[in-house]
Amino acid sequence: MKLKYRLVRSPAPAWFSALIPLLAIVVTFAITSIFIIIAGANPFEAYYYFLIAPLTSKIGILEVLVKSTPLLLTGAAVTIAFASGYWNIGAEGQLYAGAVAAAYLGTALVGVPQPAAVIIMLLGGFVAGMLWGLVPAILKVKLSVDEVVTTLLMNYVALFFVSALLNGPWRDPVSNWPQSPTILANTMMPKLFPPARLHFGFIVGILAVVAIWFILSRTGLGMRMRSVGMGQEAARFMGVKIGRTMFITALISAGIAGLAGVTEVAGIHFHLIDAISPGYGYTGIIAATLGNLNPFGAGAASLFLGLISTGAQSVSRALGVPTFLADVVQATLLLVTLAMFLLRNYTLRRVE
Amino acid sequence: MDAVQMLGITKQFGPLVANNKVDFELRKGEVHALLGENGAGKTTLMRILYGLYKADSGEIRVNGKTVQIHSPKDAIAYGIGMVSQHFTLVSPLTVAENIVLGFNPGLRLDPKQVNKNVDDAAKKFAIDIKSTSLVRHLSVGEKQRVEILKALYRNINVLIMDEPTAVLVPQEVDALFETLNRLRESGLSVIFISHKLFEVMTISDRITVLRDGKCIGTVDKKNTDERLLAKMMVGRETFGVQRDSEACSGKPLLKIQNINARDKKGLLALKDISLEVCEGEVLGLAGVSGNGQAELASVLSGILKPESGRVFLNDQDITHLDPQSISKAGIGRIPEDRHAGVVGEMTVAENLTLERLDEFLKNGMLDRKKIKTHAEAMIKEYQIKATPDIQTRKLSGGNMQKVILARALYTQPRMIIAAQPTRGLDIGATEYVRNKLIEQRDRGAAVLLISEDLEEIRSLSDRIAVIYEGRIVGILPCNEATEETLGLMMSGAKEVANEA
Repeated sequence: MKLKYRLVRSPAPAWFSALIPLLAIVVTFAITSIFIIIAGANPFEAYYYFLIAPLTSKIGILEVLVKSTPLLLTGAAVTIAFASGYWNIGAEGQLYAGAVAAAYLGTALVGVPQPAAVIIMLLGGFVAGMLWGLVPAILKVKLSVDEVVTTLLMNYVALFFVSALLNGPWRDPVSNWPQSPTILANTMMPKLFPPARLHFGFIVGILAVVAIWFILSRTGLGMRMRSVGMGQEAARFMGVKIGRTMFITALISAGIAGLAGVTEVAGIHFHLIDAISPGYGYTGIIAATLGNLNPFGAGAASLFLGLISTGAQSVSRALGVPTFLADVVQATLLLVTLAMFLLRNYTLRRVE
Repeated sequence: MDAVQMLGITKQFGPLVANNKVDFELRKGEVHALLGENGAGKTTLMRILYGLYKADSGEIRVNGKTVQIHSPKDAIAYGIGMVSQHFTLVSPLTVAENIVLGFNPGLRLDPKQVNKNVDDAAKKFAIDIKSTSLVRHLSVGEKQRVEILKALYRNINVLIMDEPTAVLVPQEVDALFETLNRLRESGLSVIFISHKLFEVMTISDRITVLRDGKCIGTVDKKNTDERLLAKMMVGRETFGVQRDSEACSGKPLLKIQNINARDKKGLLALKDISLEVCEGEVLGLAGVSGNGQAELASVLSGILKPESGRVFLNDQDITHLDPQSISKAGIGRIPEDRHAGVVGEMTVAENLTLERLDEFLKNGMLDRKKIKTHAEAMIKEYQIKATPDIQTRKLSGGNMQKVILARALYTQPRMIIAAQPTRGLDIGATEYVRNKLIEQRDRGAAVLLISEDLEEIRSLSDRIAVIYEGRIVGILPCNEATEETLGLMMSGAKEVANEA
């Protein structure tokens, strides 16, 4: 007798959900191998440098954590927004707003002791991010303007605003480069294991992940936020104030994204530059999605994405393939994971 | 010869039998109404004919020949066109462009020629529409005419219209009926899906009634009347439980005064509704679905703001309160769509607490122990087959309804608004929900029961109000409300003085 199988629309068994990240990685590497071969390298060797090599040395591991730091923050920002039904695509712009605040405070906090200065920097960045997220949030709540569009467009406004600052009033008077003056030593994020670059911002990132987990799963506000994200109509019926809840969500999310700007300015670059973020705000969306909007999932995804981007540099050094291979891997991983999430709704049934 | 014959059509969606061996015959040049309540299977049957669904079994014949219809394209090739409830028009394009869209041979589009063709067609079928108008400038009635012309332009001879009057104002309905009459004279066959008896009696030559997916029968308009149709439509079971009816004995608790409200489409759905529900009574609100019941429930639940009028609970004005304040004022609410009453992705415990979340917080933090204890108590008391931590969407309909019931009733509300509380439930769960409602009445609460199930209305209510086209057409004590009186009132054929 010949056996036939058919995909049926019913939830896949629980073990499949657990396997998704692993399967997604395997499939992604199968697909991206094609590009690696085109680039003239051996895929297995390439993946050794991509995934294993960065973890073989202490300095490599610390570098992975450095790369993960902004992603932990933008990932957390996007996760709390998406989980609450507010589609904040504007983490990138909110990050830039936080970075501007850090660059300003970093030159203004003269003589403030470092612990206090760092806290003020973080608070300042949080508020700046919130302010940047305020306009789309108000438009959404008061006029139902689609936040996907407004938050996205605000990113470009932020980018050009920073560019205008750097080419105008904030241009470094010493070097004449389009970069802001170097921030004061007391406002820099302390290094965790000097001389490695890893800084206090990483701790902030981890705390942000824990904080959004706590808000979402342990507080009344978080329960209301989730209800808006998962069933707005029913939430309204049960008396949740949709507009108010979304507004709070938008501000928390934007604030956390603002923190990422602070950690990059005060932990890595020490001044504001145009390219302070190579798209961390967008990569945060990838992290949140890979983590299935679970805070710890997003955190783990951020670490993994940090590994890929560190690995891209080592693979490019060792085998001469372009570093933007990391972007290709990231994008492929996102698409494959989304496809896998879709598959969760199906099971394979045997038909006679 | 019949234009279309559908023989023994069966269609199942999971456990739900939408069409059960339905036979349907359409003669040439007739307007044939397909009558039935919401969910009776009318639209499913027509979607099968139009190739949108595939029947599990059964046969379709067009002009006597057996055919296989796999897609709307096939259907159009066999001369069958359909105008659905939701229009499929591209609003920035002109009428002519919409009509030839997907029906223009070759790549080239000659606007002049196309406009002329469309204008000619409009003239031929006497449909008043200009080919060059932009669709987004048209009224709903005009858009519908474009849809009809679009179908006719494809040389069809069978036109299916799915509840065409649902979106129209009365004048537009008249215009539509004129158009349909003219089309019938020119030899077109029309299938007219509706649940409105009055319209069906006005426009159709023959009427086929569906109920619960089964074909109840086909009758000539000449040989029937609204009373008979109402009977066929709602069923003729004898009612086992009869309750002694009393007039409103307690003092009026909920007072609804002159409420006017619009539905999502902006049409006036409630017209000057006034009702009183007394302590210790069940007031049943009967009506064919889509006559304003859903909107009334929404207004009373705080989801929909009325345009005018007031609602009082005791002497507290609750007209403009939000859902949370309404719940706190002492109204327990059971929503019409239970999936819109619980957040499916959240756990049973969470859904049981969200409405009164403030009671389960400690300094803004969830009091997880209290939430769990509460959920366990509710699960036990209401015999819900679930654990506190299971996702609510995984429950059966009956258990989901029990979650809603538990949430609505545990606070001992003075007033209960139950909209379609047993729709889609099995016998056991239905029984359970009905007993709970009676229990509430017996402890002195006022219950407003909104239901399309006449048997339910008649067996639970002390008094019965009937709603038709957004108006209360009568209030009767239960013992005077015979099935026939109710059927007539529900079809708008009879009004009763509001004196009971």
